[in-house]
Amino acid sequence: MLTRDRVGGIALLLFAVAVIWEDRAFPLGSVTKPGPGYMPMLLASILAATAILVIWTGGRSPALTSLGWCEWRHVIAILAGCIFAALALERIGYRLTVIVLVGFLLWVVERKQPAVVVATALGLSLGTFYVFSTLLQVPLPLGPGDF
Amino acid sequence: MLETLQNLGSGFAIAASPGVLVYAFAGCVIGTLVGMLPGVGPLAGISLLLPASYGLNATTAIVMLAGIYYGAMYGGSTTSILMRIPGEAASVMTCIDGYAMTRKGRAGPALAIAAVGSYIAGTASVVGLMLLAPPLAAFALSFGPPEYVALLLLGLTVLAYMSGGSVPKSLAMAALGLLLGMIGIDPMSGYFRFSYGLVELGDGIGIVPVAVGLFGVSEILLTAGQAETPQVIKPKLRNLLPSREEWRDAAGPIGRGTVLGFLIGIVPGSAHIISSFVSYAVERRLSKHPERFGHGAVEGVAGPESANNSATSGALVPMLALGVPSGPIPAVMMAAMMVHGVSPGPMLIQQQPELFWGVIASMYVGNFVLLILNLPLVGLFVNLLRIPYPLLYPAILVFSVVGVYAVNGSVVDVWIMAVMGALGYLLRKLDFETAPIVLGLVLAPMLEMSLRQSLALSSGSYAVFVTRPIAATMLGIGLAVLLFSLRPLLTARADWRRKLGLEEAPIAGEEEKR
Repeated sequence: MLTRDRVGGIALLLFAVAVIWEDRAFPLGSVTKPGPGYMPMLLASILAATAILVIWTGGRSPALTSLGWCEWRHVIAILAGCIFAALALERIGYRLTVIVLVGFLLWVVERKQPAVVVATALGLSLGTFYVFSTLLQVPLPLGPGDF
Repeated sequence: MLETLQNLGSGFAIAASPGVLVYAFAGCVIGTLVGMLPGVGPLAGISLLLPASYGLNATTAIVMLAGIYYGAMYGGSTTSILMRIPGEAASVMTCIDGYAMTRKGRAGPALAIAAVGSYIAGTASVVGLMLLAPPLAAFALSFGPPEYVALLLLGLTVLAYMSGGSVPKSLAMAALGLLLGMIGIDPMSGYFRFSYGLVELGDGIGIVPVAVGLFGVSEILLTAGQAETPQVIKPKLRNLLPSREEWRDAAGPIGRGTVLGFLIGIVPGSAHIISSFVSYAVERRLSKHPERFGHGAVEGVAGPESANNSATSGALVPMLALGVPSGPIPAVMMAAMMVHGVSPGPMLIQQQPELFWGVIASMYVGNFVLLILNLPLVGLFVNLLRIPYPLLYPAILVFSVVGVYAVNGSVVDVWIMAVMGALGYLLRKLDFETAPIVLGLVLAPMLEMSLRQSLALSSGSYAVFVTRPIAATMLGIGLAVLLFSLRPLLTARADWRRKLGLEEAPIAGEEEKR
């Protein structure tokens, strides 16, 4: 039966195998004189061993089909927001990025009233910029026209 | 002893200076709010607010972050008692009897007992920290690389055993964290490992984006689509005083919780969570009326709340004295200290006594601030919980982005946060504990460097780990813990972890959908 533990264990095992494959690029050294590839190889092997143990003992965990995914729309939207922030931060500046990010989440995802969306997006953008950049002197990226 | 008191006196001179006092106060307030918000526990809270400390000197910054830490432990109890929502994981046990007391109209006394218990436990455990850390640090000065390898392996093994979830899963998560710690330039050979052309990864993956992603963003992902604003019960100030009988019933659990919490706090693992579970179990076992537990027993609030606050100070002992964090929160605290140019470890107390004793004294002050601030203002603080989650999570996300970006001024960290958020979401859906990942990430460079230095010292002989008594003892204990933890897998016997609910029991049928 495909259980939660077994799915997690298989994913970890595949990751460990991928690390071992990628680790070929670095000299392993020897057991007495480890090279830069030694420790990653050792740790990936331990990860693979524990992943096999998780798969082996995972039969008693709940079935994968018992997982609910009712929040999937929010998950995709929020992760898309994070990716947007990473792409936009140094291109359009902190304040515009936050306005777009919060506006998207509140308007498109949460379907809030336009007045609430505008007030929250502007408040968070300008408020956090003032606190972090102006008061705390944390350098945040500026956008077009130094906004 | 006289020297300790003199040092403490100079610490109080630092902690009582207006500049430090203001930040201790601010840290306690912010920490309380952070602890009350579901999804922003102490770990994500400290990570997010780390950039806010950049402009401060090291002592003030650490004092503020420590205030956030124990403020969050306190804040978590408020939502547990009033709404049955644990603001952070350590308050889960408080939900049971705390909320039952609220339903009986005893919310005020439950909050007061939690506050007083937290204060007593917090203050007493700082005495323990103050007395234990300096001799432990002096002892650790004799440690060489082999002892550090043994200590780190022992710490990771105990962490896997003491964490929630099954031991193989926790070990796998620790190995995953250690592997993530391999990214970056190998300091001994100069090889750039697993960087894929990103020069920003030269120093490795930062702990802040990983912690914020795994704990902050993943919580938003799990909660955003489900939450509705819960009903908030707002206690009045005049209803806060417990009865004489309630005080009498709470006294023993507060004392026992304090001792238990401090001792468990020193041991690697999710100390503040485990301590509250253990304390609840102990109080129920010792009670003459165990049937009252679950129906509003004041002991069920006093014990766990004292224990989790006491564990907070206990967890700082190995971090300050040995430079080895015992859990993810001390790991983030340690990262924060390093950002400010402070290296926790045996030399800290000798080289920067004003910082060490200033932080210790500020913890006394902080505990007092929490007591006098939070009880009268509890009605004000709970208003935060009236904000609907659809409005709250975009704000938390914005703080996550700015907090992560500000550490290095790099969008690579924002990418790492997003990836770790998705990873944390999937792992938590599959019931994997993510805390060992953070600890593994922090310990990986230390472990690799110590291992290679040990082998260089011994001309490649592994005998160095068994011929040195301290290293051999720690490795022996670690091996025993590992074998002990794997025993239930072979014998199918339920051990104390499952009895406490730290490990899932085998299921008979389909589990309720999350």
